[in-house]
Amino acid sequence: MAELILTPNIEQPDDFYAELIAAHDGLTKAESDALNARLILILANHIGDRVVLADALAAAEAEQRETSA
Amino acid sequence: MLQDRYTLAFREYPYQRAADQDAAEPVRHPVVIVGGGPVGMTAALDLGLKGVPVLVLDDHEGIGMGSRAICIAKRALEIADRLGCGADLVARGVVWNLGKVFHRDRKVFEFNLQPETGHRYPAFINLQQPAFEKALVDRIRVAQAAGAPIEIRGRNRVEGVEVRDDGVVLEVLTPDGPYTLTADWVIACDGAASPVRTALGLGFEGRVFEDSFLIADVKMNVDFPTERRFWFDPPFKSGTSALLHKQPDNVWRLDFQIGWHVDREKELRDENVKARIDEMLGPDIAYEVVWKSIYTFQCRRMTGFRHGRVLFAGDSAHQVSPFGARGANSGVQDIDNLAWKLDLVTRGLAPDGLLDSYATEREYGADENILNSTRATDFITPKSETSKLFRDAVLDLSARYAFARPLVNSGRLSVPCTYDASALNGPDALPGGPARSRPGSPCPDAPLGDGFLLSRLGGGFRLLTIDAEAPTTMEEGGLTIPCLALAASDDPTGALAERYLGHASSAAYLIRPDQHVAARWPGYDDETARAALRTATGRH
Repeated sequence: MAELILTPNIEQPDDFYAELIAAHDGLTKAESDALNARLILILANHIGDRVVLADALAAAEAEQRETSA
Repeated sequence: MLQDRYTLAFREYPYQRAADQDAAEPVRHPVVIVGGGPVGMTAALDLGLKGVPVLVLDDHEGIGMGSRAICIAKRALEIADRLGCGADLVARGVVWNLGKVFHRDRKVFEFNLQPETGHRYPAFINLQQPAFEKALVDRIRVAQAAGAPIEIRGRNRVEGVEVRDDGVVLEVLTPDGPYTLTADWVIACDGAASPVRTALGLGFEGRVFEDSFLIADVKMNVDFPTERRFWFDPPFKSGTSALLHKQPDNVWRLDFQIGWHVDREKELRDENVKARIDEMLGPDIAYEVVWKSIYTFQCRRMTGFRHGRVLFAGDSAHQVSPFGARGANSGVQDIDNLAWKLDLVTRGLAPDGLLDSYATEREYGADENILNSTRATDFITPKSETSKLFRDAVLDLSARYAFARPLVNSGRLSVPCTYDASALNGPDALPGGPARSRPGSPCPDAPLGDGFLLSRLGGGFRLLTIDAEAPTTMEEGGLTIPCLALAASDDPTGALAERYLGHASSAAYLIRPDQHVAARWPGYDDETARAALRTATGRH
């Protein structure tokens, strides 16, 4: 059973980050939101493991709780 | 005042004064069924065929107009087969197995609801609700002629209900005035607005969905395929979603999502209905609107389906959105579950507590239906910007990538549930046995020579053995349980072995009268089989 990775796991992180931002270049807010939604679905399917997905949701929600606290 | 709430399609049981109305003391009936819709008539037929005297009280004199529920699912057909009218329903209906989902002008998803062979009945037929009810009443007439103790009283409206420890007192209004009768048991099949539920002050819990849908049934000569077609954001501007589905006699069901804040009266005007249909069908197709309606819906159920001697079934107990064909179909399954239990209790062969299992099993079934129906509705009518964002992302991706297609939800269509946690379940002691026939499961059908397994199982408790030794009958607690002894080789297609043996080389199953599995073992053992039967009849 795989575990959600929350330690650095992306090679050349600056390159990835630049690519992520570049993908949104020139898009309207609505187009950007749609791109993000498609991306989340594609990545979620790639992960597949429901436990990892649930942990990822929980990790994202924990951040939300801390920011709004 | 007794005023009709709807126009009749078939006047089947005109009011006749009954002897009960002139009796000095209220006459007592073993079972009174309130409501003569598809669920009430199924109950009358099921109990009547078992020899339990039933009285149906309906506030109308026959079957209402309007096609309403059109999809009859496989399990409901199998139940109808047990009651002797499954083949008749199929002959009257349109058989279909295939659904297609479109987003704008692209097909994004296709599903076959019956991907395997070896079942007597198809995944679905479409048949207008009045025709379904007519088939049930026709079957009841045949059963009555053969001696089944079924009585139907038209224009008998239940006005008052009093539940006592030893029975139920019903106040009934007729064109000749009111009368009182008593019942050992009452089955309330009186619909979403259930007067029985209201009289008892019982409520509902659940969600209201804020959207309206326009149904139009149109008659037209077209050669569209026999499949369910569903559009999200259709290229024609008839609604934000749309459905096209075939019914018998060249009638097609059209269903458009038209939004919550609509003027119903205006939307139902001929010219406005026609404008939406023309938008979908284009200018060249001639059609006639045979029925139209605007509906909204709720997903909710009563907290408990049993209140002493009153049992709620169908829409009176639970309601879902139409996406999934889980309304009338689940009501028929309620009766499938209830009838044999009530039969045993009225004959003193099972304790009263067996009826509690009706409530728990069918509440579980209702929860499953509500869950599926709610999820489909949330997908079809997203309730937040983000929900719509993901919905549209799924639809966009599904055209190109297979992974997204199972996420597309235009209704998860009705399949019977497995009563996994039921107190009636005995041991699951068949190592290697298939998951689909574990205790609590509805028996999967399988071909047997010229016939099919489910027809051979029939409607009582059965032992089913496959390549295992067992006596021809088992006797326990006043019940005689026949054994259906089969060999895996009885089905050369291998479906029987695949569905009941799995990796096991032999099996013995105890099957309930509603064709759900009660227990299973590698072979027959008298003591454990008897214990399982006691468990399955609520005698612990």
